[in-house]
Amino acid sequence: MEDGMAKTLFDKIWEKHIVKSKSEYPDLIYIDRHFIHEVTSPQAFDGLRKRNLPLANPQQTIATADHNVPTKNQHLPITEMLSRFQVETLRENCKEFGVELYDLGHQKQGIVHVIGPELGITLPGLTIVCGDSHTSTHGAFGCIAFGIGTSQVEQVMATECILQYKPKTMKIEINGTLGNGVLSKDIILYIISQISASGGTGHFVEYTGSAIRSLSMEARMTICNMSIEMGARGGMIAPDQTTFDYIKGREHAPKGQAWEEALAYWKTLTSDEDAKYDTEYSYKAEDIEPMITYGTNPGMGIGVTQNIPNVAMNSNEQEMEKALGYMGLQKEQSLIGKEIDYVFIGSCTNSRIEDLRLVADFVKGKQKADNVNVWIVPGSKKVEAQAIAEGLDKIFTAAGFDLRQPGCSACLGMNEDKVPAGKYCVSTSNRNFEGRQGPGARTFLVSPLTAAAAAVTGKIMDVRQLLN
Amino acid sequence: MPLQVSNIDTDQIIPARFLKATTREGFGDNLFRDWRYNAGDVPNEDFVLNNSKFSGEALIAGKNFGCGSSREHAAWALADFGFKVVVSSFFADIFKSNALNNGLLPIQVDEAFLNLLFDAINENPTTEIVVDLEEQKIEIPSKNESRSFEINAYKKVCLINGYDDIDYILNLSDDIKKYEESRFSFNKI
Repeated sequence: MEDGMAKTLFDKIWEKHIVKSKSEYPDLIYIDRHFIHEVTSPQAFDGLRKRNLPLANPQQTIATADHNVPTKNQHLPITEMLSRFQVETLRENCKEFGVELYDLGHQKQGIVHVIGPELGITLPGLTIVCGDSHTSTHGAFGCIAFGIGTSQVEQVMATECILQYKPKTMKIEINGTLGNGVLSKDIILYIISQISASGGTGHFVEYTGSAIRSLSMEARMTICNMSIEMGARGGMIAPDQTTFDYIKGREHAPKGQAWEEALAYWKTLTSDEDAKYDTEYSYKAEDIEPMITYGTNPGMGIGVTQNIPNVAMNSNEQEMEKALGYMGLQKEQSLIGKEIDYVFIGSCTNSRIEDLRLVADFVKGKQKADNVNVWIVPGSKKVEAQAIAEGLDKIFTAAGFDLRQPGCSACLGMNEDKVPAGKYCVSTSNRNFEGRQGPGARTFLVSPLTAAAAAVTGKIMDVRQLLN
Repeated sequence: MPLQVSNIDTDQIIPARFLKATTREGFGDNLFRDWRYNAGDVPNEDFVLNNSKFSGEALIAGKNFGCGSSREHAAWALADFGFKVVVSSFFADIFKSNALNNGLLPIQVDEAFLNLLFDAINENPTTEIVVDLEEQKIEIPSKNESRSFEINAYKKVCLINGYDDIDYILNLSDDIKKYEESRFSFNKI
């Protein structure tokens, strides 16, 4: 792109990170931060050893154990042998290659996409990668953040760079004011229901508009987090005063003169007014109600008061039948009043302190319904500590919720926290794929408020009916 | 082998509970685990991988193949099982990149040609499909139908010659050094 042309936020950060550009070849892009975890890193470390290469930049590599950890008794050795071996392998690799590890029990341990922002490691204008598709979360700060496979993890470890063709750009604008009981999770579930689970493929998304601007950083992270669920490489939101206020004073944030310089640069990180995007969508916040998915991909979502459609937009008869068969649901059925078995509040989508506060505020003085198990899993040790400091733990315990220790937990059916086959789980996580929360488990994706409503009633409810 | 399902996500290709290995080998055993086996690890006879009628090194799959998680284990599992090519009318970005990094060729064709492939295989499970990477062409000789497919020039060179991204990047280490000197100091950690 020529200088002088109007540029998107994405273009500006991308161009700033090009190490080498060659016609027909992918751009060589410099990576500022590389997060690693136990599941997608061992084969990459092995690759370095086989090539006899050092880790290019240990300081910029940040490790935590999150996917494969138990969320009970984290002070004890992991009982499941393969999980323990995977976490131990991470420990040994970090030691050998000089990477700081926020291990189980460490006060900074947590889900990788929760700890990056809370420690001030995630900043505007950076490039961030991780061997996890929800790396898009960090884009909420106005940086380019995306998930990569293990071969690319090895590439970044070896060179601090990545080969990438520049993706297309997409603008999604949400203007207006959200209704009572409607959260940022509902915004992103709504968007995905409109453009489908593959509608963003090949694109990097920028979310704009007054409804996005009015959101807190944590709410913005929820939106960017699920960009991958429409197939997009990542999502981002231009930094503003809300962003700067969130970052200031955090452990790894720039301080003093460096803060002033950073701030001056960050303020230039907006899309030019007449910048062109390859694809654009615009929605009204007022059209969005609390959302719920009914099928087996995140694009199969409806407003909670609507009926399941005959055929989802961008889907077909065969796919609908397979999805509804798996879920044990019927076409044109209403989900309101549907009895459920589990509620999971957690994951890199919705496990931050604001999520926990919203839930605590709603359930205070109430009890969970007898027919449900409720798991509430803080995203990090810091979130857990903050929740305890605010007395939220007491509210959850009094309500009969199972407050567990930080980790990815029941989001992905990998660790011990699994939903049994055939059971319904109302979940604040990000994927409702077949078997995602355990073999045969049936997932309804919702916001933390809708999950809280399901926890106390034992059913799928329109949370707006229960708010004062 | 035909798998006429759209939006096949990487949790179906290889469920998370099988991602605990620390090496790249052996994932083929659990490829499509929850579709391939019923409860009690009894093979699901209806699933295509268990159907002795079908064989071959090409998986033909519905639209938006490989969506969801970035796990490269999905590409490893397919390659480990013995697939060399996956054909679909649409691939998720990260899967496509992971496949290319593991010598598994993702071939994107139009919907009509994909349906033609399914029809041909359903009519005759031993239908021959010819893939020519050099010419970027996929052909069904019995139907006298073919399509050209796209692959980026860089990856084509890598696949044909067995080159590796890391070797290529390490040759540019002077450029990387120069770039690092120009970085904002506040971007360092």
